[in-house]
Amino acid sequence: MSDLLILNGRLIDPANGIDGERDLLVRDGRVAAVEAPGALKNIAAAETIDATGQVVAPGLIDVHVHLREPGQTYKETIATGTAAAAAGGFTSVIAMPNTVPVNDTVAKLEWMLDAARRSAVKLFAMPAATLGSMGVTLTDFEALRAAGAVGFTDDGKPVLEDHVMRAALVAAARAEVPISQHAEDTRLTGGCSMNAGQVAFRLGLRGMTVEAEARIVERDIRLLREIEATEGLRPHLHVQHVSTARAMEAIRAAKREGLHVTCEVAPHHFTLTDEAIGDYDTHAKMNPPLRVEADRAAMVASLLDGTADCIATDHAPHAAHEKEQEFERAPNGITGLETSLGLALRVLHREQGLSLSRIIALMSAAPAAIAGLAGRGSLSMGHFADVVLFDAGSEWRYDAAKTLSRSRNTPFDGAEMLGKVRATICEGRVVYRG
Amino acid sequence: MTLRARYAAGSLLSIRDLSVEDVSNILSLTARLSTMSATERAAILTGRRVALLFYESSTRTRTSFELAAKSLGATTTLVSDKSSSIEKGESLKDTGLTLRALGAEAIILRHSNSGAPFVLARETGLPVLNAGDGMHEHPSQALLDLRTMLTRLKGTDGAKHVDASTLKGVTVVITGDILHSRVARSNAMLLPRLGARVILCGPEKLLPEEALGLNAGIEIERNFDKALQQAQVAMMLRIQRERLAGLELDLNDYIASYQLNSERLKTSAPQALVLHPGPMIRGLEIEGEVADSPQSAIEEQVAHGLAVRSALLVRALGKSVTV
Repeated sequence: MSDLLILNGRLIDPANGIDGERDLLVRDGRVAAVEAPGALKNIAAAETIDATGQVVAPGLIDVHVHLREPGQTYKETIATGTAAAAAGGFTSVIAMPNTVPVNDTVAKLEWMLDAARRSAVKLFAMPAATLGSMGVTLTDFEALRAAGAVGFTDDGKPVLEDHVMRAALVAAARAEVPISQHAEDTRLTGGCSMNAGQVAFRLGLRGMTVEAEARIVERDIRLLREIEATEGLRPHLHVQHVSTARAMEAIRAAKREGLHVTCEVAPHHFTLTDEAIGDYDTHAKMNPPLRVEADRAAMVASLLDGTADCIATDHAPHAAHEKEQEFERAPNGITGLETSLGLALRVLHREQGLSLSRIIALMSAAPAAIAGLAGRGSLSMGHFADVVLFDAGSEWRYDAAKTLSRSRNTPFDGAEMLGKVRATICEGRVVYRG
Repeated sequence: MTLRARYAAGSLLSIRDLSVEDVSNILSLTARLSTMSATERAAILTGRRVALLFYESSTRTRTSFELAAKSLGATTTLVSDKSSSIEKGESLKDTGLTLRALGAEAIILRHSNSGAPFVLARETGLPVLNAGDGMHEHPSQALLDLRTMLTRLKGTDGAKHVDASTLKGVTVVITGDILHSRVARSNAMLLPRLGARVILCGPEKLLPEEALGLNAGIEIERNFDKALQQAQVAMMLRIQRERLAGLELDLNDYIASYQLNSERLKTSAPQALVLHPGPMIRGLEIEGEVADSPQSAIEEQVAHGLAVRSALLVRALGKSVTV
């Protein structure tokens, strides 16, 4: 593969403790050199990018996206969803299994990961933890792991039964991958379409309580403790899209105790509250729902103090006709790949003062570590040349009409963003230019 | 609070969309229409088309909107979910666009989903009158309740206009299944803005603390007798069995604690005006004798409903009437 030289940028590579002017050389899709300015000037490269004024960072990684293929390609395809990912600065994404049919066998996993799907960036997948995500029978973790699974999840719903979740954690520990849990006690959330509280009461909508999220997180943590004590295994629980202060507090305590728990926070949960629903705006409907200000502030705090391990979008495209419905009938979920970095920089960097290096870590090194993505998440020598170039000071407004996703269901249409992606490079290939 | 620009003028989706001045104008228009002769009234909306779109059963609201439209000279058509393409899966948006294509100039919507009128108003661009949406609101009911109260407390002339202090010194106690009641929400969000003190009363299960967020100054009193002792107006609500969704309630306990019976009324509120938006279940939230007593204005509410809804239709269709 031809060489690529990225010159004059501010290279931020949190995993290697680098934040300074460096030039980057890519050869055969891998990082070949990271040197002080000028050191690479005699190298003849097929392509040179002048990154003056731009941040050069490891490509972003999203451990939680819904690409809808197979089965719901009117919402999104692997090709369109990953094109949106590239536009958002992502070089790797992890597809959730709630496709139609559910990704629960080696054949389905291989079909999804096949080059014929035309993924614009590196595609990984977490297959279902149970067959059909029905919460009853575990899938074949060993075979799926061998075929490339980077974790297991019944995302969209929780693994509800204690004994099934326990078995899943044990099997995942043996396969050395995480169980990624959608923490919602669905026995408490029937008929609910938003957060429980004053806004829900005023709107006449049934609300999901904080308990519904916290109870599953607390139960899962208890299972981890039991398994460590009795099985001699150390399972890894990854809690998806944490939205409540109480669940985050349980995670904080579990980490202090030394259990292997990680978690993600979605940009909408550190940016918006349930007031964003306004006049029943279905673009503010997702699961877990937008919560109250105290919860939003707790998500911000958890990202600042490191309790939250990473940022993940829960990119969940839906067609316009599905969202143009009565609030309670509209499906949960919003798109997020093109707005994640812009919101993180606006809210966490500019408003909260979190360093660029920490934000990049939350969106690259940390998710790579959670999902065990070898050779990704940093610009170490020999690692994949997954790189994002962005202009960290650039202010812009998101225009959903211009999305590369097949769907436009975002509450951030017209919202202010900070930091414009200029180029996304996946394994040495430029996959997006902005 | 003004109606947001994205909805057609004349829409009434939430009582919060109306300023105190808007409410006053609606009452004035209602009063003016009531003094007109039937012939005069029938000329106001001659040739105009109004659709009634009902996804939930209704007696009072549907009939009063329909009779109101007809008395104004408008043509009405009724579409209900049980006998239309809605049964075949047609969406609310497409149903609304179809009605618009057939010439409907305003749609009156009753729907079991909270917020459905907002969807219909956004997607059709037509004026939409919310005739009750899920557990959310029933704004025309709040307006007719207001006119009933004003007429009883202040006479016919007193019901012609309001300002922020019209109901100063009046305590309205709303009792029963507040959680599932759109009538309670609309009233609780309207009456305090006119100076009334609103006390909500009911057991925790049917009246969660979140209700306090409906409006500044709203109070909760769980003891019905204590609440009644302060009431100039006692508004009783039906327990909405169809929306209980697994909630368990001991009806005998409920009746003992919260039924408005003649004994209670005599002891705690011998002068209070009794209201009920209907449908009422005699013997449950209210004793038949109380409903039929001179203190009750339940039938008057129905009559005021016809009058207020006439004014809302005139307003929705942008017809100016000299008040």
